[in-house]
Amino acid sequence: MSTLTLDAEALYTELRAGVQQLWRPGMALMGVWSGGAWLAERLAADLAGTLAVGKPGVISSTLHRDDFSARGMASGTDATRIPYAVDGAHILLLDDVLFTGRTIRAVLNELYDFGRPASVTLAVLVDRGGRELPIQPAYAAAKISLPAGQKLALSRTDDGRFTFAIQEGSA
Amino acid sequence: MLHRRNPQLNRHGELIHLLSIEGLPRDVLTHILDTAGTFLSVNDREVKKVPLLRGKSVFNLFFENSTRTRTTFEIAAKRLSADVINLDIAKSSASKGESLLDTIANLSAMHADMFVVRHSESGAPYLIAQHCAPHVHVVNAGDGRHAHPTQGLLDMYTIRHFKQDFTKLSVAIVGDIVHSRVARSDIHALTTLGVPDIRAVGPKTLVPGDLRDMGVRVCHSMAEGIRDADVIIMLRLQNERMSGAMLPSAGEFFKNYGLTADKLALARPDAIVMHPGPINRGVEIESSVADGARSVILPQVTFGIAVRMAVMSIIAGNEA
Amino acid sequence: MKILIKGGRVINPATGRDERADVAIATGRILGIGHVPADFQPQRVIDAAGCIVAPGLVDLAARLREPGHEHEGMLESELNAAAAGGVTSLVCPPDTDPTLDEPGLVEMLKFRARKLSLCRLFPLGALTRGLGGEVLTEMAELTEAGCIGFSQAEVPIVDTLVLQRALQYAATFGYTVWLRPQDGWLGKGVAASGAVATRLGLSGVPVAAETVALLTIIELVRITGARVHLCRLSSAAGVALLRAAKAEGLPITADVSINSLHLTDVDIGFFNPAMRLTPPLRQGGDRDALRAALADGTIDALVSDHTPVEGDMKALPFGEAEPGATGLELLLSLALKWGADSGLPLATTLARVTSCPVRVLGESLGSLASSAGQLLPGGVADVVVFDPEATWTVEPGRLLSQGKHTPFAFEATGTALPGRVRATLVAGTVAHESLEARTG
Repeated sequence: MSTLTLDAEALYTELRAGVQQLWRPGMALMGVWSGGAWLAERLAADLAGTLAVGKPGVISSTLHRDDFSARGMASGTDATRIPYAVDGAHILLLDDVLFTGRTIRAVLNELYDFGRPASVTLAVLVDRGGRELPIQPAYAAAKISLPAGQKLALSRTDDGRFTFAIQEGSA
Repeated sequence: MLHRRNPQLNRHGELIHLLSIEGLPRDVLTHILDTAGTFLSVNDREVKKVPLLRGKSVFNLFFENSTRTRTTFEIAAKRLSADVINLDIAKSSASKGESLLDTIANLSAMHADMFVVRHSESGAPYLIAQHCAPHVHVVNAGDGRHAHPTQGLLDMYTIRHFKQDFTKLSVAIVGDIVHSRVARSDIHALTTLGVPDIRAVGPKTLVPGDLRDMGVRVCHSMAEGIRDADVIIMLRLQNERMSGAMLPSAGEFFKNYGLTADKLALARPDAIVMHPGPINRGVEIESSVADGARSVILPQVTFGIAVRMAVMSIIAGNEA
Repeated sequence: MKILIKGGRVINPATGRDERADVAIATGRILGIGHVPADFQPQRVIDAAGCIVAPGLVDLAARLREPGHEHEGMLESELNAAAAGGVTSLVCPPDTDPTLDEPGLVEMLKFRARKLSLCRLFPLGALTRGLGGEVLTEMAELTEAGCIGFSQAEVPIVDTLVLQRALQYAATFGYTVWLRPQDGWLGKGVAASGAVATRLGLSGVPVAAETVALLTIIELVRITGARVHLCRLSSAAGVALLRAAKAEGLPITADVSINSLHLTDVDIGFFNPAMRLTPPLRQGGDRDALRAALADGTIDALVSDHTPVEGDMKALPFGEAEPGATGLELLLSLALKWGADSGLPLATTLARVTSCPVRVLGESLGSLASSAGQLLPGGVADVVVFDPEATWTVEPGRLLSQGKHTPFAFEATGTALPGRVRATLVAGTVAHESLEARTG
């Protein structure tokens, strides 16, 4: 139970403004499955008029996770799909929640299986602190603190609206 | 008598060894097929390796020779970044009289993490799984006539890829079924995945009536067995069948049970033709069919690597 | 030694005697049952309160592994196991190494067993030299040395002419020929044909392997008039043929093993090598037919089929594992369990392991025939005292036999077995006693 309520829609509006600030022509959008991919998808639709944003890529951390021995092979059709060349690309990477940094580390390893990007810039909806690796976002719509035992999860309703839920249990 | 828990699953119902398809719940099979799909896309990348089994040693223990199967397991393990050691036991210590369990104990002392085992005796991988250390995983690459689970899984992947819905299919398995571990694994997988009509086709010496106990329809006429089938799985005919007084000749087998273009015409127009390989042209199958448009024999091989990567990564991630 | 067995329930299956009575024993014989002379001064009293006092068990099939297979069993350990199981007489098959086809070997075996005084030993001689199925053995010489019959153990004679002649020769002298009804070619598999063997990919032994052999044997008995004992029936179809042969009046008897009586092919589970047995375990319908046939006497005797197997020889894939299981220490308990499950009177249950096996042995026992397998005043003092209400769990490490492999190990079954032996006497000497007996 938490007394903190996060308005995901409000944060998304902030994130959209932040992304427009970070955007350089020629950049490519990429979202970390699953929450980041939803964000990238909606951003691509919302910014279609203003910026020359192409189809976003989806990237999964499953194959490069560092907790494979403990947690085993995750299930789900979450395969990486990148509709552009990674070599020389300036990638704007989106994720919903940044915590220890391990997911981003795994995602970067996965990305390198496809080529060598020119740059990777990270933008997240929520930075909840607790970093265990030297990974920082260029933009975070909100900076909060949560007990380690709580998990922050983004959901998407049928009509595309985002909501946050805080659950007990390990992230 | 107490019935022991299926040794392939741990307390939580997770797969720790792959010994047989029999006894595996449907969702375990589907998980493997889904994971194989992920690895199929990995095999299309520039960098085909993922680090899931990095630092692990996979020992290929082949008590029965098979370069093909061993090679696909080796490729699969290497793509998972594992270290692979190949042991042709037939040529080494076992033929000097070292017992199976002594061989396993010696290899475990060399810090093996996974054994991929092929053996001529049904049940050998169960014995190994029972006696190896708790952290070691066993994959059955074929035991006697009992099971060849990775072949069964890749056959299912192939069917799912081309036909999607298992619950509406008629599948015909043709040939030496009584001696075939591939057939047994295919039959268990097909029944678990809900295929309503499975036919076992062949002469009475190779397809005896008691195969009905496995849930298949026994057909001794090729025409009846193939009619309106969506999937045809042809099995390899081994020479021993002639010397064991089960068949007079390969020629007569081909005449009655070989898959020719004419026979194939009896099946559905979009039926697919499968074979675990290696194929005996002119014995089980005519070249024009093996190389023809409906044959999916080559895709089976590609799917086989992805399926084996899926199996190895899933079991390596689960604790005993 | 003068021994008094006090306060037990005496059951003599052959005569139907069943009453609370004391049993007095002297000079190897039963002095009296119930009417013990007032001046009888026993040197030992065995307290049999709450226990059954029955004739010592007669086991028609137990392998001792000597000579030749000493790494699997030694005469002393196996005869100790017999005594612990309440078995006072046993028949051993001739498949030792060398085979029992020389009178000298038989004499030596009998001599050594006699010295141990743990259990009476009645060897079967080989029917053909080296069990090779070609040349007959010197049956008269072997009988003189102590053989009570002739057998091929597990090796069928495939040459029907040789089989016929062996039966004819044995019939000349009235010797009994003990045969396992299993066809040499059809019987080559490792598990019984059926759904389980098909599923597990194990080569099958069809019922025809037994029925084809039975039909041949029965026909040859008709022609030669030889007396035949059929060893280890395993199928309902086999039982039907046996019933018809007996109805016809042919001189045929039969036994069944504790394994076939209690287990089926389903018990193989995940290729458990403890279930690798010959004959192979068949299906539920076969087990039911065997149980019914043993109950109505169509099958004469229940045997342990005791076969010690060395540890390494079971730590192998199912098809390569050596067939066999330990049994001497389980015969009584498994007989009692079957009897209780079938709702039979205790006397009938005990008959199948005492008086009926003796009837099978018939004249070959010589002077013993009149009282072996029975408790009679003046008869031999081969006695077992056991507590029918007590239970025990089979722990392989604690068995006296060197054969530790058994399908009935508590770890596998989760069930305890009924009946604990308190004391076993052979020829009036205590061959085995439990702790309770020693304090009595």
